[in-house]
Amino acid sequence: MNRHGQRIGEPASRWRMQIVPIATVMIASALPLMLPLVASSPVLPPLGLLFFLSWQLLRTEMWPVWIGLPLGLWDDLFSGAPIGTAIALWTAASIAIAYLSQRIYWRGFLHDWAIGALLVAAVQALAVLITFPHAPAGHMLGLVLPQIIISVLLMPLFLRLTGKFDNFRLKRR
Amino acid sequence: MVRPAHRRPGQSRKAQYSLFAAYVIAITGALAGLLLAILSVADPVGFAALRVASQEITAPIARGTRSVIGSISGVDDTVSAYVGAGSQNRRLRKELAEARRRLVATSALEEENRQLKSLLGLQQTDRSALAHGYLLTSTSTSSRRIALLSLGRNRGVSAGQPVRGADGLIGRVLTAGPSVSQVLLLTDVENVVPVRRARDGLPALATGRGNGDLDVRTLNIANNPFKPGDILVTSGTGGLYPPNIPVAIVVRRQDDGALARPLADPAKVDAVAVLRPYTPDNIEAQAVPAQSSTAAGEP
Repeated sequence: MNRHGQRIGEPASRWRMQIVPIATVMIASALPLMLPLVASSPVLPPLGLLFFLSWQLLRTEMWPVWIGLPLGLWDDLFSGAPIGTAIALWTAASIAIAYLSQRIYWRGFLHDWAIGALLVAAVQALAVLITFPHAPAGHMLGLVLPQIIISVLLMPLFLRLTGKFDNFRLKRR
Repeated sequence: MVRPAHRRPGQSRKAQYSLFAAYVIAITGALAGLLLAILSVADPVGFAALRVASQEITAPIARGTRSVIGSISGVDDTVSAYVGAGSQNRRLRKELAEARRRLVATSALEEENRQLKSLLGLQQTDRSALAHGYLLTSTSTSSRRIALLSLGRNRGVSAGQPVRGADGLIGRVLTAGPSVSQVLLLTDVENVVPVRRARDGLPALATGRGNGDLDVRTLNIANNPFKPGDILVTSGTGGLYPPNIPVAIVVRRQDDGALARPLADPAKVDAVAVLRPYTPDNIEAQAVPAQSSTAAGEP
């Protein structure tokens, strides 16, 4: 925007560049509670977490490392896990991505997939152990194993979707 | 290839400090979050109000998608109905005429029935159900099995009330919000239901496994008495669930009890009823007016 109004080829508005990633994660976190699905086991992949990791793998320096605090709190409100679980685990995942992006300088698709898979598995496994501290750990991990496998297989799709959203985010006029 | 991150702040002191501050905030916040999680595991009621408030936001959308998808799932019936439309039309017209004649006769009978029932005071037999609603959605991404019920405090729902479907027990109300409430399903790992075997009254405890099945353990540690096909009903022990609600059917024997499958499937159940908790006050309150009305002989 300048004093002549909008011009062709101008970069997207700052507002849109910041709101799109946050909105996708927040909507994905709340989406399972908008679907008429009464599940008897954890069947859906953690959509919010997958978008959260994908955005950070795609645009490592877009968010500060503490972005997991507000977005994790939002996810906790909807996921059913004790409040604070995602705050801690998502922030730890952000720090892990920030560290790994310094160690592995040029990351390719397979790196991204591997890092995302590792973090989804770790976050989901630790979340179930925090949620049920007194239950036998082996059975609890078996409970989330199918979900982890589905999430790992869906990770490329979410990376691609995030790329599409990123194109929309940065689209010039 | 993703472009390498420029996390290195370089010589700028300001950039160095702000990066350092971001890490300090992140690590402090993560630790605080972990503490919060441990607190909310120890005291699940504390944050429940916050959570049910946020689910009030998504509830209208869940109501909407439920009605839309309900109509989508009827599409296959609609298509097959077109195939036999002509002959069906003739047959239905005949049936309609017949039904009209019956309706007149039935309405007279219905009126008579109503009068007789009011004489007997039978209308008040169904005292236990507080309200009827349906399950909107559930936490399908996490290991907790919590469903959202379409009723809240506006219909008198409050925490601790049992919820049942037509086939059997569904769970209990965890938190009630203004217009929706959370139901802890039978299959949640933290839901323990005192049951007894319907055949001989053998007491046992049913615990959720988190994957749709239940673990059943007897209270006495003698040999394992369960056989596949045993029906379990609530015993009323402990005073939350009213007795004699069907709970589960034993599928398989295990080392320390049995594996059972709930009789009511929350995914398929259409309407659920919220019951009064089975406490001494409520038992007396249910018994006394029923007796007094039959004694007085008035509706």
